[in-house]
Amino acid sequence: MIGLAQIGLHNAAAALGLMPFAPPDASSIAGDVDRLYYLLTGITVFFSVLIFSIIFYFMIKYRRRSEDEVAPETHTSMALELTWTIIPSLICVVLFVWASALYVQESRPPASATEIFAIGKQWMWHLQHPEGPREINELHVPVGVPVKITLTSQDVIHDFFVPAFRVKKDALPGRYTSLWFDPTEVGKYHLFCAQYCGTNHGDMTGWIYVMSPKDYAAWLANGEKTESMAQQGEHLFTQYGCIECHVASGSGRGPSLVGLYGQPEKLASGEMRVVDETLIRQAILVPNSVHVPSYQPIMPTYQGQLTEEQILDLIAYVKSLGSQERNGK
Amino acid sequence: MSTAIADVHHDPVESNVNYLNASYGIKSWLFTVDHKRIGLMYLAVITFMFTIGGVAATLMRLNLIEPQGALVEPETYNKLFSTHGIIMVFFFLVPSIPATLGNFLIPLMIGARDVAFPKLNLLSWYLFVTGCCFAMFAILSGGVDTGWTFYPPYSSLYSHTPVVIMALGVFIAGFSSILTGVNFVVTIHKMRAPGMTWFRLPLFIWAMYATSLIFILGTPVIAITLFLLGLERLFHVGIFDPAIGGDPLLFQHMFWFYSHPAVYIMILPSMGVVSELITAFSRKKIFGYSFIAFSSLAIAVISFIVWGHHMFVTGQSVYAGLVFSVLSFIVAIPSAIKVFNWTATLYKGSISYEAPMLYALGFIGLFTIGGLTGLFLASLATDVHLNGTYFVVAHFHYIMVGGALMGYLGGIHFWWPKITGRLYPDMWARIAAAVVFIGFNLTFFPQFVVGYWGMPRRYAVYPAEFQFLNIMSSAGASVLAVGYVIPLIYLTWSMRYGPPAGRNPWGAKGLEWTTLSPPPTENFDVPPIVTEDAYNYAHAEASHV
Repeated sequence: MIGLAQIGLHNAAAALGLMPFAPPDASSIAGDVDRLYYLLTGITVFFSVLIFSIIFYFMIKYRRRSEDEVAPETHTSMALELTWTIIPSLICVVLFVWASALYVQESRPPASATEIFAIGKQWMWHLQHPEGPREINELHVPVGVPVKITLTSQDVIHDFFVPAFRVKKDALPGRYTSLWFDPTEVGKYHLFCAQYCGTNHGDMTGWIYVMSPKDYAAWLANGEKTESMAQQGEHLFTQYGCIECHVASGSGRGPSLVGLYGQPEKLASGEMRVVDETLIRQAILVPNSVHVPSYQPIMPTYQGQLTEEQILDLIAYVKSLGSQERNGK
Repeated sequence: MSTAIADVHHDPVESNVNYLNASYGIKSWLFTVDHKRIGLMYLAVITFMFTIGGVAATLMRLNLIEPQGALVEPETYNKLFSTHGIIMVFFFLVPSIPATLGNFLIPLMIGARDVAFPKLNLLSWYLFVTGCCFAMFAILSGGVDTGWTFYPPYSSLYSHTPVVIMALGVFIAGFSSILTGVNFVVTIHKMRAPGMTWFRLPLFIWAMYATSLIFILGTPVIAITLFLLGLERLFHVGIFDPAIGGDPLLFQHMFWFYSHPAVYIMILPSMGVVSELITAFSRKKIFGYSFIAFSSLAIAVISFIVWGHHMFVTGQSVYAGLVFSVLSFIVAIPSAIKVFNWTATLYKGSISYEAPMLYALGFIGLFTIGGLTGLFLASLATDVHLNGTYFVVAHFHYIMVGGALMGYLGGIHFWWPKITGRLYPDMWARIAAAVVFIGFNLTFFPQFVVGYWGMPRRYAVYPAEFQFLNIMSSAGASVLAVGYVIPLIYLTWSMRYGPPAGRNPWGAKGLEWTTLSPPPTENFDVPPIVTEDAYNYAHAEASHV
């Protein structure tokens, strides 16, 4: 029913040369978000029409007929007050549960998701595939493969927004956030920055290209051959001297990083932290804040020496060490 | 109908000495401690500030006619929307009803001679004007481009505009809010006339009381937040920018801890005004007095714990999101209760449609849409899509313009005869109310659609497929602008040429209508004694004077 109405609207709008009612549905959750949106629209229309009709009816029926007219007194009815408190409350409960269930689903990327990194900077998006290709204001992904995007910012707060996928997340300086989507329709979709970030905020836009697996493979093959992020991270690990202390065998002045990713680690402060992107980043930039007991807090900070891209490469390298160990066992 | 009012209630004997002509000269205004004169001085200043904010909005809408920008460079556009937001929120909407109608009416409505601290009241006005001067100085020296939300690290370390001067203006004006809040709370507690018990208070007073609580509890937080922002910007103290050890989300928590309750600072007073208008023009006791009164307090309290719904997409934890979502749904309920009670008040009433009533009915309609579209944003999954788009812009303009501003205009029209002692041409006022209503919907309804489509806010340039709806919106804005200019003309005209109003041109209940129009400096010749509930319209013999 709703689907039919929507198609009707699309056609009518197309005939008029206007925009259709909703943006394209191009991800696995877009349809679910739309259904919730239509329910909310229905509730809004129903209550607006109800209240407007009652007001218009009263306005006409009870219009003042003479200047000295006295209105009869009516008394507050507890039953009415309870009715119009409880019914909206119940509707809110339904909306809360529905919307929250969807939100929880939206915030849990599937384990199979490929990971892509996005760095926002005034005023462009830098996107990085783990296999190595880098893109500016464009992202190519194959249809039907869930994608997790890890976001950060090099300067101010940005926001990664793809209306066709109904997803959005802030890109914050100094930390990592993430979103995921499972593109279902081949096509070209808007990417917007949805958090005001300065002069050319309105130009901080791009395109997501959802491609058939064959086209995607061709796109990858045609691209410049680059090393993977982990490989580039490995070079940095040597170049910046990390390898001198973080010896793989664990005999160096710093802890071995092999197999560390995803493990809980007890810090010198007594705090338990899981080794994730944020912790590795913190360890590189503010080492003493996360140093572990049994090692001296002697690591220098790399604040200002590494770009956001390089930090992500290093993180990718540390992550790859984790999987190497698991593979080894 | 307007002529009938003028004829019936005109009482030429009663227009000798009043607060307007008791003394003359600029000093008699600048050093006055009369709450009525201070209210008028606020009216003058905020009308000026509203004009500045309105001009900025007009230029924005003109620019958005073309996808590539019809008028100005992006840099200028960013300054326009920042100016519009900052001026309208901090220098118009927040003080609008409390500082003008609140100041003028609270002592009159509770049967007092003045507010509890008249000199503090004057100090509040000076603080507000000082804040306005800083804001105007910031605008004249180029304007800021941070948006009204001042999010760091953009505002603290990246913007090349006079952010600190603007923030200082908001900071200083905030003290005016705090002092006004304190003054009102004490006045309402201590200055009520004999017999004016809490549950005989007009609902406008309950609304002002709830608003004052938010002034006192919320405003210090925005003051601290902007102070810290200034520290970071001027002295590079790492508070919000992670590059120097700060946390950018800390600012957002602190900012919205004030700024969400501030939404209710803007809407609660209008709700109070609407309760007065609906009862007066349907000659009915309000339906559900205590439900409306307590819903104001409930809103004031709950509004302090919903700020996180501005931050659903910042990466705050899923659990925090769930908690803030459920609390945001809860804060919707008291507002719904109010709408239902106002509607029920009309039942079996004797309804007339002078201009203030048209504004009140317009308020109910637009506030209903504004409130219901808030549910889209309290719902987590839809908020993720709509957050930061024009849908949000449309939603809060339905609340702040369709709600707060309609209530303000309704209130100004309702009490204008009391304030000035003159009547304005009601037909013009009704036309203006209709023009505002139509222009408003034309402006902001298309923004719901373009927002769902995904157009982000604060874009100086935008993809071409959004142009049609933007042209509609801009066309509506020009209608809306006409709707604002008309009252400015006839209200100004009426101050000199309007027929005398008499004490009670609407046949309304409430102590303010029992005294002269304009009232004498001491408000009442004889201190009133209250013997009946508010809105006692069913017993009409005492109402017409």
